[in-house]
Amino acid sequence: MKKFTRYLGVIGMLGLLTVFLTACGSRKSLSQQDVLTNDRASNTITWGVKADTKLFGLMDVKDNTIKGFDADIATAITKKILGKNGKAKFVQVTSQTRIPLLKNGNIDAIIATMTITPEREKQVNFSNSYFDAGQSLLVKKGSSIKSVKDLNKTGTKVIGVTGANSVANIKKFAPKAQVLELSDYAQAMTALKSGQGVALTTDNGILYGMASQNPGYEVVGGAFTKEPYGIAINKGQGPFKKEVNQALKEIEADGTYNRILKKWFGNVAGFDYKEASR
Amino acid sequence: MWYILTHYWSELVQGLGYTLLSSIIALVFSTIIGTMFAIFEVLPNRAMRIIGRVYIELFRNIPLLVIAMFFYVIIPMYVAKIDGFTAGTIGLTIYTSSFIAETVRAGILSVDTGQMEGARSNGLTYWQAMRYIVLPQAFKIVIPPLGNQFINLVKNSSVLAFVAGFDLMYQGNSIASLSLDTINSYMVVGVFYLIITLPLSYYMRHLEKRLA
Repeated sequence: MKKFTRYLGVIGMLGLLTVFLTACGSRKSLSQQDVLTNDRASNTITWGVKADTKLFGLMDVKDNTIKGFDADIATAITKKILGKNGKAKFVQVTSQTRIPLLKNGNIDAIIATMTITPEREKQVNFSNSYFDAGQSLLVKKGSSIKSVKDLNKTGTKVIGVTGANSVANIKKFAPKAQVLELSDYAQAMTALKSGQGVALTTDNGILYGMASQNPGYEVVGGAFTKEPYGIAINKGQGPFKKEVNQALKEIEADGTYNRILKKWFGNVAGFDYKEASR
Repeated sequence: MWYILTHYWSELVQGLGYTLLSSIIALVFSTIIGTMFAIFEVLPNRAMRIIGRVYIELFRNIPLLVIAMFFYVIIPMYVAKIDGFTAGTIGLTIYTSSFIAETVRAGILSVDTGQMEGARSNGLTYWQAMRYIVLPQAFKIVIPPLGNQFINLVKNSSVLAFVAGFDLMYQGNSIASLSLDTINSYMVVGVFYLIITLPLSYYMRHLEKRLA
């Protein structure tokens, strides 16, 4: 009899657990809910932004907020969608975490130096581009290198970062140049400073950040590839994507975009404001 | 694996060449420098002993990567233009020499002091006694640990990858990122390292047997 009651207890527990779990399952998961409706209700849009990228999204340790071009564009778009009192909430992401965080609904959109690529478009939707990124060159001021064509000589050493598309691109655009692959941007910059190569190549966005930190260096030649940044939004959030594109169009039309562009890139050596402004 | 091997054959062979070249240079010079500092450490002269001690403790206790980066970044800025391969090989030589110095010192100390005393009382100078009596016996004793150091040296030459020295590891990183096949790329690189280290290992054993 004692044994029987124990079994009954176990069965009862299992039953409760089943009910509990099915109750959870029947609710719509976060990522399936309509982002736009939720955001309107809470008057907040949650953005995934970088916190370690100079000029785009960098944590300001003084007041613990993320500041940069991405963050300002996100705020401007939020105000257009939700009205003047709309709040933009920033969640720190990295290149590895941004898509998972978007997929599970922790963030509503990603605005984190993210290039629009076909592989990524299989997983997420992209807004229209908000920054014309592309590969460019960083050189010492007064260098004889003016564009990627100047690199196409035997014996020219170009510094890149292992695993980046930019290395493969250089082999295409300047096949005679020798590419030195270093493990990260900090090391690549150090190698450029110590004269191991004549130019450092990667996304112009990153190069502008490096140029603003290292006064003796400038970005030259403009972008020789087209890899524009877009805002990533979950699949199935059509209305929200439409609103974001509309807001982007509006801030470009009323000069907000250019103002933000000037604020962050106006003083960077080698930044072509005319070409980048919209 | 076969795909990596056939598609990136020239890169791999180039990497093997650079690794081999760097290893041989570092092996020769680190043995010479290491033995030199080992002798410094057992000299009766106190100043020389201190120099030996400082050199060994300094370079034995700094990560190889830091030493290599120092030669890659600081030296070209202020002293001479050296490329990644040279910087890495210098770093590797200095780093390994400190370990070899400790190994050889242990060998010298394990030779009975009677050997030195006997040689000196037979009219040999200190240096002659060291050269002809103590060192040959010391080297015989330290062949197994020295073989260990040599094998470590070959593997440590992968530090060249961090200073763009075009060695096997550098090519491995590059191939892994190009082919997106990380596992097979590094497996192939592992096999290529074996091509260098296994014969070395075998040769050291052979030497040990012949001299014992």
